[in-house]
Formats: sequence, C-alpha cells, structure tokens
Amino acid sequence: MIKEYLKMIIVLTLIATVCGFLLSAVKTFTFERIEEQILVNVKGPALKNVLNQATNNPINDRLEIELDGISHTVFIGKKDDRLYAIAFESTGAGFGGDIGVMIGIDIRKSTLSGIGILTHQETPGLGSRISETSFTDKFKGRSVNDNFKVKKDEGAIDAISGATNSSRGVCLATEKGVVLYSKLKAEILKKIKKRSNKK
Amino acid sequence: MKIGKEFYRGFIKENPVFVLLLGMCPTLGVTGTAVNGLGMGLATTAVLIGSNMVISLLKNLIPEKVRIPVFIVVIASFVTIIELTMAAYLPDLNDQLGLFIPLIVVNCIILGRAEAFASKNGVGASILDGVVMGLGFAFALTLLGSVREILGFGSIFGIKFVAEEASTMLLFILPPGAFISLGILTAAINKLSMKKG
Repeated sequence: MIKEYLKMIIVLTLIATVCGFLLSAVKTFTFERIEEQILVNVKGPALKNVLNQATNNPINDRLEIELDGISHTVFIGKKDDRLYAIAFESTGAGFGGDIGVMIGIDIRKSTLSGIGILTHQETPGLGSRISETSFTDKFKGRSVNDNFKVKKDEGAIDAISGATNSSRGVCLATEKGVVLYSKLKAEILKKIKKRSNKK
Repeated sequence: MKIGKEFYRGFIKENPVFVLLLGMCPTLGVTGTAVNGLGMGLATTAVLIGSNMVISLLKNLIPEKVRIPVFIVVIASFVTIIELTMAAYLPDLNDQLGLFIPLIVVNCIILGRAEAFASKNGVGASILDGVVMGLGFAFALTLLGSVREILGFGSIFGIKFVAEEASTMLLFILPPGAFISLGILTAAINKLSMKKG
C-alpha cells in the first residue's frame, strides 16, 4: 500500500519536474524573440505613426527610465540625427478594460506629435473605432498643456458618438501620459545627452 | 495497418468534431475564417501527436490512480511549448488565435485520445492516431471556417471573390453562424458516413 502511494508521488513529481525544466528552457530560448516580435509588430507600426517624421528607427533608439520604482521604456525619434520627439506607453481604463496608448511628444514644440492605440478590448465596431486615425488625429498637434478630456467632461476632445467611455479611456491615458512626460522630461534629456557624449 | 482506413476513421467515421462532438469551444470560437480554423487545427494536431507519443511511452510507468494528472501535465507542457513557439515565430497567427491556444489544454479531444488510445497502445499506433485525429480535427475546422468565410465575407483563405462593397451574410462570422454551420455540416457528414456504413 505504502509502496503504491510512494510510486504515485515519485512518478508525478518526476514528470512534473521534467516538464518544468523543459518549459523554462523553451521560455528562455524564445524570450528575446517574443519581445522582439511585440516590439516590431505591435509597437513598431504605432511608433511609425506617432513619430512620423523620425529618420531613425525609434525601436533601436530606446531607453529605460526609472521613476518611483517603475521602469518606463522611452522611444527616441530623431530627425536628421537630432532629437525631436519621444514616445512612450500609457494606459487608461476604457469600456472593456485598459486601453494601451503610445504617446508621442514633440520636445521642441511641447506638442503631441501623435497618439496610437496599442491594445484595447473595446466593443468591435463601436469602441474599437478609437484606433481609427480620424479619432487619434484629434490629439495630434495639441499642446501638452491642453485639457485632454472629452467635451462632455468640459475638455477639448470630440468623443466618438456612442463610444464616450472608450474615448474617455484614451483621453485618460493621454492625460496620464503628459503628466508622466513632465516628470520624466529632465531625466530623459539628461540621459540622451549622456548617450550622445559617449559616442 | 491500413493507413487509408485510419485516415477515413479520423476524417469521417470518428471525426472528432462532426461525429464525436468533442472540442466544441475552439470549433465554434476560432472558425471565423478558413485560415484560423486551419491554424487552430494544426496547433491542436501538434499537441495531440506529442502528447499521444509521450503518454504511450510512459504508459507502463504511470500508476493508474494518478494517470489523469500526469496526462494533464504532459498536455499542458506541449501546449505551452506550442504557444511560446507561435508567439516567437508566427506572430500574425498568434494575434488571431492567441486567446484559444491555452484552451487546447482543456480540449477533450486530447485528453480523450490519451485516455482511450495512447494509454493502451504502442508508440507507433499512438502517433498515427494523433496524426489522423488531429488532421481530422483540422479538416473539420477548416471546412467550417471556409463555409463561414464564404458566406460571411465572400472570400476563401483571405481571397475575396465578390465585389468589395457587396453585402455578405455577416451573421455567419458572428457566433450564431457558427452554430448554424456546425449543425448543418454535422448532419451532412453523418448522412455521408451512414450511407457508407
């Protein structure tokens, strides 16, 4: 009887251990490649849109900046080899969950160079229209000090009709983004300077 | 072993979807287009072949009472390997199917074949069973996906054959269309297999 129980425990433990090791090996092996795919396929197109004047590849020129223990990835857009804009991610609660937004800010003009929707779970055909350029273009060129709220909340942004909550989510993400920008700005500029000095 | 007969078994006579009615969740969920159905079917096939092989190799080692946990551990490992590999190398397919891949673990076809076939048969036969059952599942999903894509989008494997602005029966892409198409296809396949005995 005891022998039978022991066998069960040993076999199950052994198999689970082997599987565990195998999975961690596969995970390690594919980790970099998956990160790269996310960068290229999800963030790449959004970055191209948001930093549309960049002559470099912002994915290659990115830095990690820490604020209050959270690390933020900042993508650097250069025009003719000189820094002109940065982009980073922000989130805001929409109708169906968090909306991930890529926010591009023109550093010289202190305006938004554009925003792009990365991830969302909004209603298809209704809230999902937040990712259309007709909506995201409403943010383009606005000053970072603008009131990024929908008109219903006495802000400056025209919400998509029938999708106020989704539009609010994008506004919220943008608002959080410009706040983050004001906190990070000095640090970013310092890091970029350091980097170009090194070269 | 008659390979032809085995394939007839997997595709028609014991088709996992149309005859055994197993794995309805991915069947209804991902078959909006033919490509998605095929992708899901092939991913399931890969898991099925792998788990059948390993389970038939281990069948003498596994104590009767813990066989189900062992099967699940093996299946879950294969699913995770497929998931990570797809995320790394086939990002487009992963975008479409991402949500459903982890659900292969709870797909009854895989556990069903492990329990009913692989734990009682040799390695070769189990691998063959995995191939024919998996391909039968892929065939069913592709067929269902094609029907829904033709009726709902007017295209097949992404190639549109009606005018861009033509109105199609969008209902077939939406969930009710999945049930309607599956019901009619199941009836048709059953009629076909009954005739042949």
